[in-house]
Amino acid sequence: MATDPKKPLLDVDGVTLQYRARDHLVTATYRVSFSIRKSDRYVILGPSGCGKSTLLKAVGGFIKPVEGTITLGDRQITRPGPDRVLVFQEFDQLLPWKTVEENVLFALTASGRLSGSEAVDRARHYIEKVKLTKFADSYPHMLSGGMKQRVAIARGMAMEPEILLMDEPFAALDALTRGQMQEELLQLWEDTRVTLLFVTHSIAEAVRIGNRILLLTPHPGRVRAELGSTGVDAVGADGRKLSARIESLLFEGESHGGSAAHE
Amino acid sequence: MAGALPMSNVPTPGAERPDFINDNPPTGFGVVAKPLGLMERIFDRGDVRKTFMLIALALVWEGYARWLDNPLLFPTFVDTALAFWRGLASRELLSATVVSVTTLMQGYVLGLLFAALLTAFATATRVGADLLDTLTAMFNPLPSIALLPLAMIWFGLGNGSIIFVLVHAVMWSVALNTHTGFRSVSQTWRMVGQNYGLSRFAYVTKILIPGALPSILTGLKIGWAFAWRALIAAELVFGVSSSGGGLGWFIFQNKNLLEIPSVFAGLLMVIVFGLAVENLVFRTLEQRTIRRWGMQS
Repeated sequence: MATDPKKPLLDVDGVTLQYRARDHLVTATYRVSFSIRKSDRYVILGPSGCGKSTLLKAVGGFIKPVEGTITLGDRQITRPGPDRVLVFQEFDQLLPWKTVEENVLFALTASGRLSGSEAVDRARHYIEKVKLTKFADSYPHMLSGGMKQRVAIARGMAMEPEILLMDEPFAALDALTRGQMQEELLQLWEDTRVTLLFVTHSIAEAVRIGNRILLLTPHPGRVRAELGSTGVDAVGADGRKLSARIESLLFEGESHGGSAAHE
Repeated sequence: MAGALPMSNVPTPGAERPDFINDNPPTGFGVVAKPLGLMERIFDRGDVRKTFMLIALALVWEGYARWLDNPLLFPTFVDTALAFWRGLASRELLSATVVSVTTLMQGYVLGLLFAALLTAFATATRVGADLLDTLTAMFNPLPSIALLPLAMIWFGLGNGSIIFVLVHAVMWSVALNTHTGFRSVSQTWRMVGQNYGLSRFAYVTKILIPGALPSILTGLKIGWAFAWRALIAAELVFGVSSSGGGLGWFIFQNKNLLEIPSVFAGLLMVIVFGLAVENLVFRTLEQRTIRRWGMQS
């Protein structure tokens, strides 16, 4: 075998992230380490303020760690690039001056991935995968929130990136649409086996989407646990459901783990 | 029915309000989306309503002028329309308009060029941004016509002075609006642009300019209106330039000749041309771009 399947694709090693707020230097995460293998559906889960979105943006190359390294394959990540595509929570991530198809095409041509008819074919293929062929010539403002997110996912997947980074992509959707989108995402993963790094604050979503779940404590974000998931909220060896275990790890942990944050 | 069941303290679910499933929802509601009537659709159009408004205003004008009965002070609408027509037929009004528009275009394009340079500098560096802020704060409130005496000393009595005034009228509002537009481009679009590895130039043309287009168009419109006003005013003061008189000169000359309907015709031309550019050029641009993209409702 050319590649060892156990070798991590993305390696985050002792990463501390800080950002400047109005008049504070805020530490978002402190010495976070984890690694992701190829075709993982890796979920980062934590309450708001645990720095999970900041961590994702650091993997995207938008923020530089003040300590530690992030490595993708053999290269250290220093800046944004089309090998790590981000899908945002905001509906305005689509460019309103481009149609659905042009938005996907833009990603392929701007990054120099593909050009000409090859790019058009690839764009159409992924638009079909998210079932939006009928809307290929519509502008984003004519679509519903769920459809916009599907276009953003199609755009990300069309790039066939080494890792697809998703920042709470379904958080702004209504509950029914969200459930449907989770189902579709898993279906797409079955088809493409793309490596996912998915950030969420919903335990149910993490259990459903992820095969590995990283739990972070808030203020600043530190690793609390890393658990496996099978997609169904399975009962573990201790007789508790996975979601119950996650809940106790995240919230009972606050009494000892969280107090250290307020020294 | 409840009597047939044994009485107990546990309420039977659905005993009072039984579940039901409707396999045959009623039909016969006609069409869900019924097209609007002809009159409703006609009066939904802004241009139709505005045309009616214009006709009403013309009628009021005609009525008042006839009642006043003093063609030297206030000619009737019909007289003005006839003078307008004569002016066009004798090419006097037409050539005056051509002279004005040619000068205007020169000044406008030059002003846009300077604005582009200034904005590029302001977007690239912080010094540039400070410079733009300070300069616009200083010069934007300064009426361009106030610079005309100075311009005449610097550039002489030719077209140069008028163009200088026009550049001043256009440049600041365009530069200010474009720069503000760039700064307010959504953070998410910026990250999308960086994510797909756009080069610096592609980032400006593919993300910043389309993202800031609503502001840029506003700047272009304001600049246009400022320039048109400054031009007519300059021509009124300045009179004839080397290539013949413009619309301002046409108005001034006819006033001296007491050809009041022609004065009104000249004013009408100023208005008509302004409206035409606003409605044909800028409206079309907006409809093809920001309206179509849902960036302006």
